[in-house]
Amino acid sequence: MTDTLEIRDLHVEIEGRPILRGVNLTIRRGETHALMGPNGSGKSTLGLVIMGHPNYEVTAGEILLNGENILEMEADERARAGIFYAFQRPIAIPGVKLADFLRHATTNVRNPQRKEGEELIPMREFRAELKEKMSQLRMDPDFARRYVNDGFSGGEMKRAEILQLAMLQPKFAILDETDSGLDADAVRLASQSIAEIGGERMGLLIITHHDKLLEHNPPQFTHVILGGRIVETGGPELAAELHTKGYDRVRRDHPEASELNDRNNEVEQPQLAET
Amino acid sequence: MAIDIMLESEHDAIGEINKYDFRTDAKAVFKARKGLDREIVAQISEMKNEPGWMRDFRLKALEIFEAKPMPKWGGNIELDFQDIYYYLKPTNKQGRTWDDVPEEIKETFEKLGIPEAERKYLAGVKAQFESEVVYGSLKEDLVKKGVIFTDTDTAVREHADLLRQYFGTVIPPGDNKFAALNSAVWSGGSFIYVPKGVKIEFPLQAYFRINEENMGQFERTLIIVDEGAHVHYVEGCTAPMYSSESLHSAVVEVIVKRNGRCRYTTIQNWANNIYNLVTKRAFAYQDAVMEWVDGNLGSQLTMKYPAVYMLEPGARGEILSIAFAGKGQHQDAGAKLVHAASNTTGQIISKSISKNGGRSSYRGLAKVERGARNAKCNVVCDALILDPASRSDTYPYIEIAEQDVSIGHEASVSRIGEEQLFYLMSRGLTEAEASTMIVNGFIEPLVKELPMEYAVELNRLIQLQMEGSVG
Repeated sequence: MTDTLEIRDLHVEIEGRPILRGVNLTIRRGETHALMGPNGSGKSTLGLVIMGHPNYEVTAGEILLNGENILEMEADERARAGIFYAFQRPIAIPGVKLADFLRHATTNVRNPQRKEGEELIPMREFRAELKEKMSQLRMDPDFARRYVNDGFSGGEMKRAEILQLAMLQPKFAILDETDSGLDADAVRLASQSIAEIGGERMGLLIITHHDKLLEHNPPQFTHVILGGRIVETGGPELAAELHTKGYDRVRRDHPEASELNDRNNEVEQPQLAET
Repeated sequence: MAIDIMLESEHDAIGEINKYDFRTDAKAVFKARKGLDREIVAQISEMKNEPGWMRDFRLKALEIFEAKPMPKWGGNIELDFQDIYYYLKPTNKQGRTWDDVPEEIKETFEKLGIPEAERKYLAGVKAQFESEVVYGSLKEDLVKKGVIFTDTDTAVREHADLLRQYFGTVIPPGDNKFAALNSAVWSGGSFIYVPKGVKIEFPLQAYFRINEENMGQFERTLIIVDEGAHVHYVEGCTAPMYSSESLHSAVVEVIVKRNGRCRYTTIQNWANNIYNLVTKRAFAYQDAVMEWVDGNLGSQLTMKYPAVYMLEPGARGEILSIAFAGKGQHQDAGAKLVHAASNTTGQIISKSISKNGGRSSYRGLAKVERGARNAKCNVVCDALILDPASRSDTYPYIEIAEQDVSIGHEASVSRIGEEQLFYLMSRGLTEAEASTMIVNGFIEPLVKELPMEYAVELNRLIQLQMEGSVG
């Protein structure tokens, strides 16, 4: 049976303000979905809620992984169940080496039953695998000794996220503007990398403003989110249209959602919500 | 984490149980009665067959102790000085090999990993059990070079002239109430002399173990680093958990002569009912370097401010301090730098962590005396607070009597960030694992200064402290 991630009528609030207003979306493993939408539409919120960010309150709806509701699971349990979220703005953890962090993370995700304190993946085995993945991503192995996202450039952060994706090999990955802050070459490299590390074996939800990231990961489905609701779903041609022509047509076709979207943008955005 | 996994190492700090909380059923050969008075002090001196000058030194110090009021700052000390055993002699002779050490005591140190550590990476070891050093060794080549590494009692007998020239000169009994107490009842501790130009490559280590309840341990350490000599001395301290308090009150004096270099590393993990009130001070002469690396875990109350007095031009003092205050604990730790000569440089880096209602205070002094031109002093103290019940305070004292100086002071207090936790958890780490990783990262700049074995040990101790820290 193909792994399935299903979002049903998801309503989400932050500090009492509604952000998502009934999102429905089904992703099967092996599919690539593009999620596009203007600022304030709820793209990042959807990603963070799927991952289990504690600041968001789900007021209605379900998120089902192979039929099982994951809403009660903590973020770490979701990660172990095979969900990954590549952060739009990764968080720095000073003093913690990327390699040490990744060894721990990889061990937990591959061995979901592991108890705290049990053995990690043997050092040699892990090191060999990490080196191989880094060379595949054309990353300098010294990078693994740096502290997690501490003083990284925008490009380095995004590459570190892709490295984590490569090591953790989730069933489902949400890539939140993995292209933002990158120049054209870097986006091409990121797109290629995602394909190379086995993106086609995962279920991908790619949140993006551009179509460059989709170059090597052509989406079977493109979803447009507006005012906290998915208002249109189409094929790759929809992504291309939005990229070249913007959201004017979609807004005209969905005036009510468009208005809600504008209202979302009027209030000051909380730190982690959309920018 | 301190361990560079790109290097060849197979250490894993996570997953051991607390190996310190056990009690050995060891029979002392002599135990002075509880309490403190002239008779007890005279008895300690007599048991040790000391010369008259040391006996007089002790008795004078007792008078000073009795005359001095308790300090009104720092932590809350509720100790009944008459309810403590001041001297407990565990054995009649000191072992030169492990075979000479009484079985029960040997077992204690074997559980603590001492002989193993010695084989692996140490140039010399002392192990102190209650009041006396029960085991000592020093590598043969260092003995030949004239290095002395013995317990301070033996030094009183065998190196009397050298010892007497320095003993009590860096920290006189009148310095503070607890220095006076130590001066009156001291027993054990290390005496080290490193001759001119001798550079000791591997660390010398002393291990202090309190085993008995209501026991006071008062070791007295004196280190003399002669011109151009180098030494790294490490001490570790543990005690089992009892229902009533024990007291550890050490005095450590260090003299680093011209161009000499001394690093003194302490990693202590006292049980939660130990009062740990220690005075540590070093004199650094021309172009000498003195470094204190001070890791304070456990205890009920620790008051400890390692100091470097830079007495001649070009001297350097560096103090790295880590404190971890858990439930019911108060770590009042810090450092003192006194610039008494020109072109002296000093640095204090302090990191404290408070959790489960623990309280950590940084208390530091940066002092520049008149005439200490071009002195440079930099103080950085960072505090990490893990939950709303915990507390952190900073008490920086700065006294400058000279115009031409450069003084920097930075302090930061942070709480574990929710976003950091979420980031790590989104990669499969549990909340507890994520918190531990953030804490380890916080102290990493200090841990990486430690030799590998101690770095592993410190990370492991932090791990133990962190266990069960989150619901």
